[in-house]
Amino acid sequence: MSARTQILASIRSHLAGCASAAPPAHRVPARGRPADVVATFIAEAERAQATVARLSSIAAIPQAVAAYLADHNIPATIRAAPHPVLDTVAWAEQPLLTVTRGRAAEADLNGLSVAVAGVAETGTLVLCSGPGSPTTLNFLPDNHLVVVRSADLVGAYEDALARIGEIYGPGTLPRAVNWVTGPSRTADIEQTLLMGAHGPRRLHILVVDDG
Amino acid sequence: MRSTIADFTANARKGIADKNLQAALSRLSEGFPMKRLEAISRLPEFKQLCDEAKQIKDHTLANLADYLEAYEEKATAAGAHVHWASDGADARDIILKICQDAGAKTVTKGKSMISEEVAINEHLSANGIEPIETDLGEYIIQLRDEPPSHIIAPAIHLSKEQVAETFRTEHTEFSADRILTEPRAMLDEARTVLRRRFVAADVGITGANMLIAETGSSVIVTNEGNGDLTQTLPNTHIVIASIEKVVPTLEAAATILRVLARSATGQDITVYTTFSTGPARPDDPDGPQNYHVVILDNGRSKMLGGEFHDMLRCIKCAACVNHCPVYKAIGGHAYGWVYSGPMGAVLVPGLRGLAEAHDLPAASTLCGKCQDVCPMGIPLPRMLRDWRTRDFDRGRPTAARFGLKTWAWLARHPRLYRLVTTIGTGVLMIFGGGRFRWLPLAGGWTKTRDLAAPEGGSFVGLWKRGER
Amino acid sequence: MNAPEKPPLKIGLFATCLVDLLRPSVGFAAARLLTQAGCDVHVPTAQTCCGQPAYNSGDAKDARALAINVIAAFENFDYVVAPSGSCAGMIREHYPALFKDDGPLKARAESLAAKTHELLSFLVDVIGMDNFDARFDARATYHDSCAALREMGVHGQARALMQNVQGLALHEITGEQEKDSCCGFGGLFSVKYADISTRIVDAKIEAIEKTGADVLLGGDLGCLINIAGRLQRRGSKISTRHLAEVLAGTHLETPPIGEKG
Repeated sequence: MSARTQILASIRSHLAGCASAAPPAHRVPARGRPADVVATFIAEAERAQATVARLSSIAAIPQAVAAYLADHNIPATIRAAPHPVLDTVAWAEQPLLTVTRGRAAEADLNGLSVAVAGVAETGTLVLCSGPGSPTTLNFLPDNHLVVVRSADLVGAYEDALARIGEIYGPGTLPRAVNWVTGPSRTADIEQTLLMGAHGPRRLHILVVDDG
Repeated sequence: MRSTIADFTANARKGIADKNLQAALSRLSEGFPMKRLEAISRLPEFKQLCDEAKQIKDHTLANLADYLEAYEEKATAAGAHVHWASDGADARDIILKICQDAGAKTVTKGKSMISEEVAINEHLSANGIEPIETDLGEYIIQLRDEPPSHIIAPAIHLSKEQVAETFRTEHTEFSADRILTEPRAMLDEARTVLRRRFVAADVGITGANMLIAETGSSVIVTNEGNGDLTQTLPNTHIVIASIEKVVPTLEAAATILRVLARSATGQDITVYTTFSTGPARPDDPDGPQNYHVVILDNGRSKMLGGEFHDMLRCIKCAACVNHCPVYKAIGGHAYGWVYSGPMGAVLVPGLRGLAEAHDLPAASTLCGKCQDVCPMGIPLPRMLRDWRTRDFDRGRPTAARFGLKTWAWLARHPRLYRLVTTIGTGVLMIFGGGRFRWLPLAGGWTKTRDLAAPEGGSFVGLWKRGER
Repeated sequence: MNAPEKPPLKIGLFATCLVDLLRPSVGFAAARLLTQAGCDVHVPTAQTCCGQPAYNSGDAKDARALAINVIAAFENFDYVVAPSGSCAGMIREHYPALFKDDGPLKARAESLAAKTHELLSFLVDVIGMDNFDARFDARATYHDSCAALREMGVHGQARALMQNVQGLALHEITGEQEKDSCCGFGGLFSVKYADISTRIVDAKIEAIEKTGADVLLGGDLGCLINIAGRLQRRGSKISTRHLAEVLAGTHLETPPIGEKG
């Protein structure tokens, strides 16, 4: 008998005679229904040690990226996702900023991605893998910058899952859905909380109002 | 993973005497539980969400085979290879075979307690494949060849000096006179070493916090990002998950995620929550080309329908561990194997047998704090007692058993009980002078504590005679 | 308007074996409080042990035999009251489980469970009385036993009673973790795993000492004997008593736990 058959049979025989248990009604907590989704998202993301800048339009992205890197004395290079949103911006406006596109490699210091949604209840970014959104960008660079449109900010996880369902079809997910809440961290040495364990040391979110 | 479960009492004594460990355990008591309370205070519906999470698991377990089949169908449709392992040997063979087929030399690993349970690392090493733990805590204990001392903070027992010492011994590529006094420097060093390992690995192995039947996805939660580098960079990703990890829907997963991190580290949510569904799609710029899932039973299906059924609701948050007075007294290594604290004391006798693990369920005051803080409402004290019943029924002749039987026999005969206890307490009162510093047969007590002497007479006797 | 005189409640006082054998004054204190509350107190002589040591050691057979004794001795009272959250909890929470496969005994166990109470909560919740005109001049702190707190829901009742004791200044154990932590007694655990038990009681004692109290009060003799024994071995000046003694005034007649008269 295959292990599969044996395990499933063992489960069924041990459950024989057990009472059925109905699935519960689903509850979304009140903090997933904030009055001001954008303000709550920003406050919660900052609570998770992310930084947030609010931009009036997509056109402001190059300047915001350059300013962020300059403010933190980070070399002005960025590996940007091959995402259509980032195709339209005028990178040339920032001649000192070196922009390359594509998946991240070990040497990439800074990464720029576009999130599918942001969840206000915990300040969580939702990134979906695909041609315009390499997963490596989310984890390899030291500094991760993420664009999210304020129109894509939602209250609860369920809202983000619904949005993914709209894009990919119900019950279907892209290869990787990454929920990201603040920069990488660890407290494994004496419970001392430190940022930048294996993933990005910094997470900077660009909330774009128009687009 | 070697086991020293049978040496529990000696291990515990060692833990109590270990100053580094005791300092770490006080930090633990101050850390996770306080943050948990703070997180709960920010979510007024926490209790209701825990109840919902519990009902989700109850419903899933009652239909476990159906949900596993549904999961398998969806995962397979997404391109996953789903394997079934009845026990540890099956799992080790399956995983070794996948690694060998991938021509793997090194394998990176995310933190996975069931991979510790079935001892994957030893098996890969023995077959010439190098496993590298990438969670910082797991990495440190792998270098030290120690088992985890806590399911979510595996190196919690170590001081930073011990970590520095380990890095100096193992990281010979760095200059010997480098400064390694602060956790930051140690983390940066580990990050540098492990980054190379992530990039070079041929296979990445992770556990799963959940499998989602609706979508065929596996879910991991981490704070470091190590799990994601482990599963994104190599060509092959292997997920190992035990049967009870499946949940019906994404919505159900959201509910469990809302209580998991809050109960564990006291975060609202971990930094990274990743849903993985199959291998890289044709137009994906990155991600593994092969995606395998190993579904492990290892005795769990036999727990269904019995007195330990409820334990399968466990989401491995470690709230019970963080609040357990016994764990906080002795630390995780005293438990002698992979799982510690109340959840370990219930799980391990089932996985390793009572002959080896009978001390674990016995060494509890049954204070009930674990059940209080368990987000899944698992009746841990009841199950500890059920293991004690099974152990008692094995009939090992022990002094405690003899004493208990004698006491019970006496207590079943009230008149004889009156006579014997009156004589006994009378004698003790005469010699007591308030209390004893030593008493024959009570050495376990009087080694560290005085024992109050009887006041004189028995209440029932005095009452009957109308005295006082 | 005169309400018709109701007959007094018939109470079976289950002293618990620890009180019976080690500290009868707690039993007398409990009886005095119940009498003051207008109850008709009875002490069945057939009472011995509730069976908890056997039950917690996995000896279900002996636990059942002892439970049958207790059921037979106490089932004809209006209420069963024990000056212990642990023993009352055994009857109320665990007797029904012991007989879950035995219809007639299950019914008797459930009926006994339903009328069994821990003393302090009985006085406050059932009788509705939280003032016994007691006086006790002391800075005191209070240890909630795990069974009283988590099985029987006893917490505020003890505070209400202490608040009405003249001269008693309550200094609570603070600290989110310490305020409801176990003292490490656990019955036979304290002997079988004495080193672990001692480490746990030491942590509890550090929290007790931090309150600055001179007296430790509690509602479960098992915990109190454990803590008192360790306090005394450590040379502490803190004395230990059951709260019932303070409420009933028997503290004037009896020395604290483990001290000479």
